[in-house]
Amino acid sequence: MSYSDKVIDHYNNPRNVGSLDKASQDVGTGLVGAPECGDVMKLQIKVNPETSVIEDAKFKTFGCGSAIASSSLATEWVKGKTVDQALAIKNMDIVKELSLPPVKIHCSVLAEDAIRAAIGDWKKKQQSVTPVAAEAK
Amino acid sequence: MSTDVKVPQAAAQQQSSDHRGIKLPIYMDNHATTPMDPRVLEEMLPYFMEKFGNAASRNHSFGWAAEEGVETARERIAKLIGATTKEVIFTSGATESDNLAIKGVAEMYREKGNHIITAVTEHKAVLDTGKRLEKYGYRVTYLPVQKDGLIDLDDLKRAIDDKTILVTIMAANNEIGVLQPIAEIGKLCHERGVIFHTDATQAIGKVPVDVTKQNIDLASISAHKMYGPKGVGALYVRRKNPRVQISAIIDGGGHERGMRSGTLNVPSIVGLGKACALAQEEMPQESCRLAGLRNRLRDRITSRLDEVYVNGSMDHRLPGNLNISFAYVEGESLLMGINDIAVSSGSACTSATLEPSYVLKALGTGDDLAHSSIRFGIGRFNTEAEVDYVADRVVETVERLRELSPLYEMAKEGINLKDVKWAGE
Repeated sequence: MSYSDKVIDHYNNPRNVGSLDKASQDVGTGLVGAPECGDVMKLQIKVNPETSVIEDAKFKTFGCGSAIASSSLATEWVKGKTVDQALAIKNMDIVKELSLPPVKIHCSVLAEDAIRAAIGDWKKKQQSVTPVAAEAK
Repeated sequence: MSTDVKVPQAAAQQQSSDHRGIKLPIYMDNHATTPMDPRVLEEMLPYFMEKFGNAASRNHSFGWAAEEGVETARERIAKLIGATTKEVIFTSGATESDNLAIKGVAEMYREKGNHIITAVTEHKAVLDTGKRLEKYGYRVTYLPVQKDGLIDLDDLKRAIDDKTILVTIMAANNEIGVLQPIAEIGKLCHERGVIFHTDATQAIGKVPVDVTKQNIDLASISAHKMYGPKGVGALYVRRKNPRVQISAIIDGGGHERGMRSGTLNVPSIVGLGKACALAQEEMPQESCRLAGLRNRLRDRITSRLDEVYVNGSMDHRLPGNLNISFAYVEGESLLMGINDIAVSSGSACTSATLEPSYVLKALGTGDDLAHSSIRFGIGRFNTEAEVDYVADRVVETVERLRELSPLYEMAKEGINLKDVKWAGE
């Protein structure tokens, strides 16, 4: 299988690798996938409570090159967007941008799930005072 | 004939770059296929143009020349495995040999019984042949393997019943290189009057295989796994003590004593013969050299990385094989990071089925570690400098991908990954 140049670029130079403080009130964490399935993505967002703008995003991914690229791209895309704008990102946008082949579409689905899970976690925190630990959706 | 032979320079890809005097990319996937030894090619060449005859043409010199090439090859194969020339049947490769052996016995001995025993870690050429026979009313037992990849002989003993006609167990596994106790299996089969077939594709030419000493009745052989050409192989069929008969699966002109019709692929057969002769000559030194390189590779990886696991027995193993799982790193992403090295992964992402290696799963390796596995196949043309380069590249890539891995981070935080409720489960 050959990879698109964009996948290779994200694999070689992944953007926004790292972790945010998952206990912080402003941080939402999404952890999706399972080790048994060969893909686990952790995507975190730091949201400005006033504006609902995602000011920072970080990821770590266990998975193939396409999974790494999908999550790396997802962090790039959510940064600077409001939470609602980020929710509008669809997996097929990622497929198109990275030219993923059909067998790798699940990587993009997982990235979309990760965005949703992170935002869901952040929203939950806004409703309660107690920080909620990151958990798989 | 020249014995001054150079290492082949032409890999599938153009050699693209140089690093520390090493030609890149490095081919270290010798269980998938091997590069042809130039001495094999040299031996084959006359049989394409000058000696082009049909080995079955009995009444002119063109046929005789071709037949002479074929018979020399037959002798060389027989010699390598302790057989006689009449016991060697040429085929298109090990998949055909496996099919011919298993289906041939199943049909021939149908009245005696309908039970076949094999193991879960066999090659698909054996497993899928068994599955097909099940559709036709045969009963197939798939023996489990132990954690080290070996079958339990007591399991085999218990599985044999009065309807058992065939036991088929591979000599060396293609993924983990584990060597099954062939001699013991052969002895047991002969005591119980059951025919014993072994898919010896990965073993022959690498480790000693002797059909007499090991009580083997049928053995599948492939040329391209031992520095010969692709598309040619052989099946050993025992002629006495006991005489084994098989039904043909390809009918036609009655070649190969009726067991495999079709005009012989003379140049390739000549190549297979030469490959066997070279393997026999060089095996004692070469197997030591390969085991040394393999252990060096293992040590250079395991001494610098934590949580790496060798899959399968190290004591009963092909000298050139190493199969390692790198926890918290997915296999395909690792392959992508070491893209100037040709190896294989048991990761689902590298297979068409999206299932991780069934061989590793059979050892009890979790799916997570099966996804993280890499198979290294060191061969005749690999050097120590290449092994060192591969070890360095693997270590640095695993380290980089672990920094990227949420699983590694969680494990370092003391979270037991088994306790996590994963969405995908």
